[in-house]
Amino acid sequence: MVIAEAVQAEIRELMACYPEKRGALLPALHRVQQELGHIASETASELAALFEIRPIEVMEVVNFYNMFYSTPQPAHHVYVCTNLPCSLRGARDVLKGLAAHLGVDAEGNTEDGRIHLGHEECLGACAYAPMLRVDDRYHEDLDLEAAKRLMDELD
Amino acid sequence: MLEAPYVTSYLSEHFADEAFTTLEGYQRAGGYEAARRAIHEMSPADIIELVKDSGLQGRGGAGFVTGLKWSFMPTDDERPRYLVCNADESEPGSFKDRILLERGSHQMLEGILIAAFAVGAEKTFIYVRGEYAHPTRCLERAVAEARAHGFLGENVMGSGFAHDVVITRGAGAYICGEETGLLESLEGKKGQPRKKPPFPAEYGAFGMPSTVNNVETFSHVPHILRRGAEWFKSIGTEKSPGTTIFGVSGHVARPGLFELPLGTPLSEIVFEHAGGIPGGRKVKGVIPGGMSMPILPAGELDVPMANEFLRERKTMLGTGGVMVMDETTCMVRVACVITYFFRDESCGQCTQCREGTGWMDKIVRRIERGAGEPQDLDILLDVAAKMEGQTICAFSDAAAWPVQGLLRHFRDDFERHVREHKCPYPESFEL
Ligand SMILES: Cc1cc2nc3c(=O)[nH]c(=O)nc-3n(C[C@H](O)[C@H](O)[C@H](O)COP(=O)(O)O)c2cc1C
Ligand code: SF4
Ligand code: FES
Repeated sequence: MVIAEAVQAEIRELMACYPEKRGALLPALHRVQQELGHIASETASELAALFEIRPIEVMEVVNFYNMFYSTPQPAHHVYVCTNLPCSLRGARDVLKGLAAHLGVDAEGNTEDGRIHLGHEECLGACAYAPMLRVDDRYHEDLDLEAAKRLMDELD
Repeated sequence: MLEAPYVTSYLSEHFADEAFTTLEGYQRAGGYEAARRAIHEMSPADIIELVKDSGLQGRGGAGFVTGLKWSFMPTDDERPRYLVCNADESEPGSFKDRILLERGSHQMLEGILIAAFAVGAEKTFIYVRGEYAHPTRCLERAVAEARAHGFLGENVMGSGFAHDVVITRGAGAYICGEETGLLESLEGKKGQPRKKPPFPAEYGAFGMPSTVNNVETFSHVPHILRRGAEWFKSIGTEKSPGTTIFGVSGHVARPGLFELPLGTPLSEIVFEHAGGIPGGRKVKGVIPGGMSMPILPAGELDVPMANEFLRERKTMLGTGGVMVMDETTCMVRVACVITYFFRDESCGQCTQCREGTGWMDKIVRRIERGAGEPQDLDILLDVAAKMEGQTICAFSDAAAWPVQGLLRHFRDDFERHVREHKCPYPESFEL
């Protein structure tokens, strides 16, 4: 089993919150990804068995949502918001500057595979632009220098 | 945690006070008294009548009358009924629901309790966008407190009414803000919107009768119960009562949140509250209500921010996300940002939407590069017109409107790109 027994037990508890257990699929995917970093096909099969659906149905859900990953991921995801309010306040320069700083070609993974740099759509922080998200955390009111420092401090 | 609004009214009055996020602090400010009275002393029909009478309109973008929506829930139906709180807030330019969760979770929960009692719902599903990790934690804390105090659970406030709340995190898909896309996602599926009818009141979450409301909509409800429909109607305009929390972003001196009555002139929001345009520059255009809403040019900012006035200018209040652009801004680049977003987020079920968003993006990008042809402008308008009114959900319309708005007011920017084969705005943000 790839999904630990304790996590499976948590998933069963989540299922009880919904009138149909499939309601717990997104919460379960979040939980499992937190544990394993991504949802591999083997993981999807185990989840499918738990939810009594077909593995392809799990993978369809994984692929539909931006926040679920089906392949192994770097330790950190850095997403710079490039939607309009952020762009108006210099977000695209921050993204380009960070790419140069990290040696990434516009968007992608660093050479050591530790950091993924990318852009994202509006994150609900428009007045505090430019901003970026590192994994689960928002960093707001940035400039390129502050953003670079953030990158250097990532463990 | 977001900064408290610069201008506050009844929704955000206590947002600067950290204690307001706790149940104790919320109760000290009079919190949960309206729910207690509603559940113990009022009938569901009376509550619905009161909310209808207040004229409260949904704050999630479409502006539907809340009390009326609640009255659509079947009463002669044995099936379980659900309430759904739309906390997916992903409309670019919008960040008001975030502060209502971070600093006002109990206020929203009180509104949910009142609504749940009114429509006879046994459970509320709160669907929060996946990126809102911190707001979700704030909400989870409030729910746990409310449960521990017997404000949620088998016997709400000792009344015999049973209600509980389930929080579900989304996972990064704009379309899950559309209410039936949300319902699909809540059921553990791809967030592809459903054909309507049937509407959620008949066939909602898990196929059961459901009412979907926005975070802010619920947050107004305790105040209406506490102070009455007449009080609520005394704020805002005759047709659009109450306040909303405007989020102002872009080229202003003081970007942030401002809780103001509906009907406040856009110019007052931009120039007084948000401090105007920095650097002595002039304003060029303002998107008044989130990315789906058509832009207004500098000359039309006198408009009162309420749908009955905004509609006359061919735009809408949407989510109240005000995006300000100064005179250096290239409107073709603005179009590129918009069409890219909609192309990327279309769920792909409808041909007009899937193909239309792709075409629009291709054409504006060509124009931006200086490779556009004179006929491209009309092709763009033609594609946009075909995207309207024919699809499963309003996303396709929402993708067409802003492009139409840009061409209505800033056609010259597009024509100059075609004529001069380059961008005439050297100081504009670059793509
Ligand atoms: C493409 C699209 C995206 C939407 N996104 C949101 C959203 O993020 N939050 C929201 O409350 N409503 C959103 N809506 C509106 C909802 O469909 C629905 O009208 C609203 O949640 C109802 O609540 P209200 O009546 O309280 O406003 C969206 C609609 C469309 C067409
Ligand atoms: S209009 Fe667009 S987003 Fe809505 S259902 Fe059709 S394809 Fe999906
Ligand atoms: S546009 Fe970047 S957070 Fe909204």
